[in-house]
Amino acid sequence: MAPDKPMALDKKDDWSARLFDQLVEAGVTLMCYVPDSGNARLLELAETHNEMRPILLTSEEEGVAICAGADLVGKRAVLCMQSSGVGNCPNFLSLVKGGRFPILMIVSMRGDYGEQNPWQYPMGQAVEPVLRAMGVLTFRVETTDDLGAATTAALAASFKSGQGAALILSQRFLGAKAF
Amino acid sequence: MDMAEPALDRRDVLSRLFPAPEDYLLVSGLAGSARDAAALTGDGDNLFTMAGTMGAAVSMGLGVALAAPEAKVAVITGDGELLMNLGALATVASMAPDNLTIVCIDNGCHGETGGQPGHTARRTDLGVMAEGAGLASTMTIAGPDELGAGATFLIEAPAPRFLLVRVIKGPPADYKRDMDPAACRLRFRNAYLGSV
Repeated sequence: MAPDKPMALDKKDDWSARLFDQLVEAGVTLMCYVPDSGNARLLELAETHNEMRPILLTSEEEGVAICAGADLVGKRAVLCMQSSGVGNCPNFLSLVKGGRFPILMIVSMRGDYGEQNPWQYPMGQAVEPVLRAMGVLTFRVETTDDLGAATTAALAASFKSGQGAALILSQRFLGAKAF
Repeated sequence: MDMAEPALDRRDVLSRLFPAPEDYLLVSGLAGSARDAAALTGDGDNLFTMAGTMGAAVSMGLGVALAAPEAKVAVITGDGELLMNLGALATVASMAPDNLTIVCIDNGCHGETGGQPGHTARRTDLGVMAEGAGLASTMTIAGPDELGAGATFLIEAPAPRFLLVRVIKGPPADYKRDMDPAACRLRFRNAYLGSV
């Protein structure tokens, strides 16, 4: 699907394209998501790529189980969400510690650095404690320079080492939404 | 509820619906549906059962179906579990995998925790909800004389297909399965990846 408006086309500045390329390179073929401005460009890339299938969810926990199902037959899936969606996942994340399913989450933060919406702070600030409580390792991206190495580390932890891993795209990195 | 009272014993259902369970990759939810599915396959390595993560079965089955489009995939769930993650039906409908079957064993109660009445014993009809979610085919059966039609539905109806099986309150199969999820994951993966 062609974008209605021009996006950042210079790949050097287009972090979503670089992240997407790393996922494709790692053999990811399914991208579960609940839409968020932080993952909009990533999903636009998935929509147009021959070897990536986007899966729109109703609630983020569905994606944890879909990723686990793909793993049962040897395929790789990732789960993209806004930070508030992490709160919908913990029970299903039992599959990480209990089943050693390699779940890889990509979390675009709210309630973080520069947030102007008070509703976002409680869950935003709970994201990393909740993930850690369920055995999911977190890899924070604070600057553009962090992205490549953090993505490599999260891919290594999940698909090469059987861990739950979350790439945390901070609001400092993404930019805070104005209200 | 306007519908006729069910007359099916759940222990007689799956073997009639799946005369050749080895032809499927199977995912079940927890509790009764897991026991019934384990009895069907002898806790086979083409089955992944849960004993927690209530609500995950349909989504996990969808993941299997999308990642293994050449396989026939079936989810065995229950009314309580399905109601905990109803949105998954919309996701299944949107993705429209042509290799996915969902069988919901609806006993109208929470059998594992003491038989407390559930919503489907009151006013909720999961067959209508699956149809409303947009699944390609839906069917409801409630009596022994309908099992044959149910089995035909699982073979012939366009997928993704949803079969609601309304059963009497009563125990599931008395079958003890492996409840170690890491061991069951490896068992399933090794069997599948060794076979393709």
